[in-house]
Amino acid sequence: MTDKDMLFDYLLRLGDNSLILGQRLAEWCGHAPMLEEDLALTNIGLDLLGQARMFLSYAGEVEGKGRDEDRLAYFRDTKDWRNLLLLEQPNGDFAKTMARQFFFDSFQYLQFEALSNSSDDRLAGIAAKSCKEITYHRRHSSDWMIRLGDGTDESNERMQRAIDELWGYLPEMFEMDAVDDAMVADGIGADVAGLRTKWDAYVNGVLAEATLTRPEDSWSVRGSREGKHSEHLGYILAEMQFLPRAYPDAKW
Amino acid sequence: MVALAANDDIESILALVKDPEISVLSIADLGIIRRIEEGEDGRVVVVITPTYSGCPATEVIEADIADMLKLHGITDFEIRSEISPAWTTDWITSEGRRKLEEYGIAPPAGKGKAALLGHEEVACPQCKSANTEQVSEFGSTACKAQYRCLDCLEPFDYFKCV
Ligand SMILES: [Zn+2]
Repeated sequence: MTDKDMLFDYLLRLGDNSLILGQRLAEWCGHAPMLEEDLALTNIGLDLLGQARMFLSYAGEVEGKGRDEDRLAYFRDTKDWRNLLLLEQPNGDFAKTMARQFFFDSFQYLQFEALSNSSDDRLAGIAAKSCKEITYHRRHSSDWMIRLGDGTDESNERMQRAIDELWGYLPEMFEMDAVDDAMVADGIGADVAGLRTKWDAYVNGVLAEATLTRPEDSWSVRGSREGKHSEHLGYILAEMQFLPRAYPDAKW
Repeated sequence: MVALAANDDIESILALVKDPEISVLSIADLGIIRRIEEGEDGRVVVVITPTYSGCPATEVIEADIADMLKLHGITDFEIRSEISPAWTTDWITSEGRRKLEEYGIAPPAGKGKAALLGHEEVACPQCKSANTEQVSEFGSTACKAQYRCLDCLEPFDYFKCV
C-alpha cells in the first residue's frame, strides 16, 4: 500500500463508522419510545451523517479516481466497507441501541480528541468540529445507561443483556493494524490502542453508577478492516443504496 | 483587494439572508460568515462555516446567499465553506442573542467548555426565571435542546452551547 492508499483506507474507516451508525439511528425515526428520543436519535444520526460526508468527500479526493461522497456511500459492496462490526449490529430494543451508542460515543470522543491534533489539517478540522457534537452524544447515552441500569428490574435486566451481547464487539475498536501504525507514525492518525485505559476508566465509572456489571472478556470478533462483516451490513446497504442504484443519476 | 466600500456593500447584502430554520436571525447574527475576499479574476468570495456537521440548513443557506447576491446584481461570486476553526455559539452576535430571546428561544448560556459539559443555567425566555429544567438534550433542530420553565410552566427551546 502506498501512503495515499493508506490515508484513503484510514478515512474510509472513519467515514464508514459514522455513516453506518447514522443509518442505524435513522431506523428509529418514528419508532422511538418517546418523541424526545425520536428527535434525539435522529439528531445524533444527522451529526454522524455530516461527519461521514466530510470524511468520504476527503477520501474520494485522496483516492483521486473521481469518486465523490455519494459514489463511495452508494456504490460500494460489503467487502469494501470499513466500519466496525459493532456499528452494524441491529438496533434491538432501546437498551441495545443505547448501549451500542454509549460504547461507541465513549470511544469516538477519545479518538476524535486525539485526531484533532492530527498533522493533517483537514482531518484535524473535521475531528475538532465533530468532537463538540460527540460531547453531547456521549452525555446523552451515558445518562441513559444510568437511567436504565439504575432504573427498574426490567430496565436493568434489559440493559445488562444488551451489554453482554455487545461486549465481544468492543475489542475491535482498539485494534491497530499496519494502516493505523503508519498513520500514527506520520502524525496523522490516533493511537487507539493507547486510548483503552482512558476508555475503561470512563466506561467503568458509568457502569458502576448504573449498577451494571462489566462483563468478562470471554469472546470477541473482528475483521471489518479486511472487509469481513456480519450478515447485517448487507441488509443495511440494500436499504441505503437501493434508490441510487436503481436510478443512478436521479436528482431531487 | 476588494475596496472597503464594496466589502461593506456585500456585508449589508449578506445581512439580509435569514437563517432558514430560525427566520428572525440573519446569517450574520449567527456568526457563520467568516470573511469576504476577492478571488481570482476579481470575483467576490464569501467564506462561510457550517454550524453543525449534518445541519441540513447549510445547503439552503448557500443557495440563499447566491440568490441574494444575484438579486443585488452580483453575478460573479463563489461561496466557500470552511470548518476550521469550528463554529461556536460564542460567535452569535449580541444582536442575535437578543433576537433569539425575543423570539422565545433561550440564547446559549455561558461560554466555553463548562457550558459544553452541561453546567449552564438556562433562563426562561418568557418570564426570565432561572428555575428551569431540561426535558431533552436534543430538540427540533441540531442546535437546540428542549427545556421547561418551572415557574411560568412554558416549554421552550434552548440554543445550546457548542
Ligand atoms: Zn418562565
